[in-house]
Amino acid sequence: MQTALSIALDAFAYGMALFIICIGLSLTMGLMRLVNLAHGAFAMIGGYIASYAVRNLGLGYGFGIVLAVVGTVLIAVPLERLLFRRIYDRSELSQVLMTIGITFCVIGITNYFFGPTLKTIPLPTELAQPIDLGFRSIAGHRLFVIASGLVVAGGLWFLIERTGFGIHLRAAVENAPMSRALGVRTELIYAASFALAIGLAAFGGVVGAEFLPIEPYYALRYMVTFLVVVSVGGAGSIPGALVACLLLGAIDVTGRYLMPDFGNFFFYLAVILVVCAFPRGLMGRAQ
Amino acid sequence: MVQAPAPSAAATPARSLGRDLAGFALIALAGLAGYWLFPDNLAFLTRVISVALLVLSLDLIVGYCGIASLGQAALYGAGAYAAGIACLNGVTEPFLLILIGAAAGAVTGLLMGTVMLRAHGLPQLVLSIAIVQLLHEAANKLAWLTGGSDGLAGMVPAPLFGLFEFDLWGRAAYLFGLGLLLVVFVALKLIVRSPFGMVCRGLKEDPLRISALGISAFPVLLRMFVISGAVAGAGGALGAIATQVVGLDSLSFELSANALVMLVLGGLGNLYGALIGTVVFMAVEHIVAAINPFHWMTLVGALLIAIVLFAPRGLSGTLDEAARILTRGQRRAGP
Amino acid sequence: MSTVFAVDHLSKSFGGLKVNHDLSIAMTEGERLALIGPNGAGKTTFVNLVTGRIPPSAGTVHLMGEDITRLGAVARVRRGLVRTFQVTRLFPDMTPEEHVVMAILQRQGHATRILARFHGNGAAMDEAADILATLGLTDVARRKVVEIAYGQQRLLEIAIAMAQRPKVLLLDEPAAGVPSSDTPLIERALERLPASLAVLMIEHDMDLVFRFARRVVVLAAGELIFQGLPADVARDEKVREAYLGSYAHAGR
Repeated sequence: MQTALSIALDAFAYGMALFIICIGLSLTMGLMRLVNLAHGAFAMIGGYIASYAVRNLGLGYGFGIVLAVVGTVLIAVPLERLLFRRIYDRSELSQVLMTIGITFCVIGITNYFFGPTLKTIPLPTELAQPIDLGFRSIAGHRLFVIASGLVVAGGLWFLIERTGFGIHLRAAVENAPMSRALGVRTELIYAASFALAIGLAAFGGVVGAEFLPIEPYYALRYMVTFLVVVSVGGAGSIPGALVACLLLGAIDVTGRYLMPDFGNFFFYLAVILVVCAFPRGLMGRAQ
Repeated sequence: MVQAPAPSAAATPARSLGRDLAGFALIALAGLAGYWLFPDNLAFLTRVISVALLVLSLDLIVGYCGIASLGQAALYGAGAYAAGIACLNGVTEPFLLILIGAAAGAVTGLLMGTVMLRAHGLPQLVLSIAIVQLLHEAANKLAWLTGGSDGLAGMVPAPLFGLFEFDLWGRAAYLFGLGLLLVVFVALKLIVRSPFGMVCRGLKEDPLRISALGISAFPVLLRMFVISGAVAGAGGALGAIATQVVGLDSLSFELSANALVMLVLGGLGNLYGALIGTVVFMAVEHIVAAINPFHWMTLVGALLIAIVLFAPRGLSGTLDEAARILTRGQRRAGP
Repeated sequence: MSTVFAVDHLSKSFGGLKVNHDLSIAMTEGERLALIGPNGAGKTTFVNLVTGRIPPSAGTVHLMGEDITRLGAVARVRRGLVRTFQVTRLFPDMTPEEHVVMAILQRQGHATRILARFHGNGAAMDEAADILATLGLTDVARRKVVEIAYGQQRLLEIAIAMAQRPKVLLLDEPAAGVPSSDTPLIERALERLPASLAVLMIEHDMDLVFRFARRVVVLAAGELIFQGLPADVARDEKVREAYLGSYAHAGR
């Protein structure tokens, strides 16, 4: 019983960490129709910046997060202008190829500057200690990740469904020429959504580093995981991404806990079964 | 069938036949040149041929049917493991091992096609990844059969035609591989020119038009998956025979992604691009990766970005374009 | 004359919206029928129902006496119900000859053979050459489709349909997008369709409708409001209401 509960809590926290990273990708793919395989690369950049800020500069964990998000977005914006903007309306294959290319470049360059070792992001004492919930205690960091995930989900839902920005974004996605005619600055909207997605990736990369350790091959190692999660959930759907992250996170953690020899076998088996049963994802938007 | 087609009807096929013969001759010559020029690197060159078969098989799926796949190594790996296991169990005749590899690849292709053709677009791409990852994990787990993470080693194929040993120098293996590549290439050229191949091209362009002609897409595409599987499986078997080891890397996402990069680098949908891309990619990798693997990644990444931005039709498409521009003057001058 | 094609009480609703309601149309051998209606009348839905791209909410479709309501799009084509597309759907990198040969091979059941030649099939090539000659496409038979004029692409759509030797042919706006100087070409092509073939044409160009059709049905707001001779259409009160009414609404 105790084991089951700790597996469940671990799986829940892991799913939430996945969610924070993947939701940005889900939005880029579902709303902007961009298959961005370099999404994980931005999460990795965030992790490197936070690690550098906390370990080498001695800054606080919270400050490290802020710096990671801002720094990653600052790196991503020129890339959006130079590269991504040219492939928004290209074929899926072109998008896949270019973003794999960007991923490779990020890996190569990161290694050149920071070396091939694993980077840790030391947790502050409050998060490193267990917190007593009454019926049992849980590592503070796990609780922090879960809370962050819930805040991100709620905030995004509010932003997209309830604000002017959300309306403009959805209009730009439905019909870009019409929206431009109505005075919506679609390029700006796209750039802003892209920045938002990247910022979330960086945030997720930092807070999820306990589950997905930061190292040069991070961008490639988890590229598949992120892509799979988004496509299982249905690109563009916040609840879909949430369900997919929790479901696949649970399968992954349980599988590793109970049958460690099988590695990711059950994870990918689940993916095949879900995609075959729901070819558009659990909550995909009809094409 | 009409034996002597009207002269006008013969013009196009005759010209393309001439071009094909020139193409085959060029491949054979390039292959033999490799044999004379790099006698110390024949093991590497044999690996290039083995991977070229994988990339050719991917071109059938991506270039001719328009289905993006990042899991093609599932078919290659199936062939490699099947040939490796057969060889360790006493089946050592090299031709038979290639056939076993091709059969294993074809069966895997049948399964992979059945699963992948259920979805479209991104979910389809994800299915291809999931399949190769699933097989990778399975091969890792079934250590009694596959050697797990150590892989299979110690295969000793029988001499080619009972005469030529697969020795350390790899001469027999290389020439064997070159012959296999030529046979496969000619067969594939015939297949993509056949009515079946034309329908595949049509499905890539516009599936709705094909269905309005009364042709069902699924059986056609599934057959292409089986053919593709056989080609990739033969490539895997060749790799197993030549290197005499089979590792988990032959059944990996990384190899699948690299195969796609090679194909796109060379150019989609004309088979020549698959060969050009493989040779260029692996040659540069061989040199640069030996210096620093991370430089290699940066280089490949930059190359991919450049292809998407500046040469979406790959090297062979770019060469085509150049050739067309160069010959334009002549054609205008002619009748 | 025997009925070759019939829809009976065919209906389709999306949610609560009745897009096609209780449509019944029968066609005999050699029929030349035109289906017209203002924008939003439900013509596209009707085409999709007939060709099997979407299932009906109610009603049946019969071809040569066989109930094909539950058959998919491909199976319907194989039984002889062939269509052309409102916006041409052709393979840009292939030649008109290749399009027609593919249709001929499919009709003969050889279209997906692997151990056969496509370009070397003399009989199919000859037949394709005949069809293309009938439609005046001989000169462009070996050019890529992207390189030929739009009017010629429309003719190619008809050539492909002829190669399929249908029993019932559905022409979805065969003259759409064609410059008016080229519509006579389309018209001549339509006149050369086999006399026994039943043709259902959906068209906006009323001149073409009046010259081609011997019977007209009018669809408005998803319902059939008129079936009869072309000469009587303009005089029908409901038809005037549907067309002029829609202009009155549009002008508001």
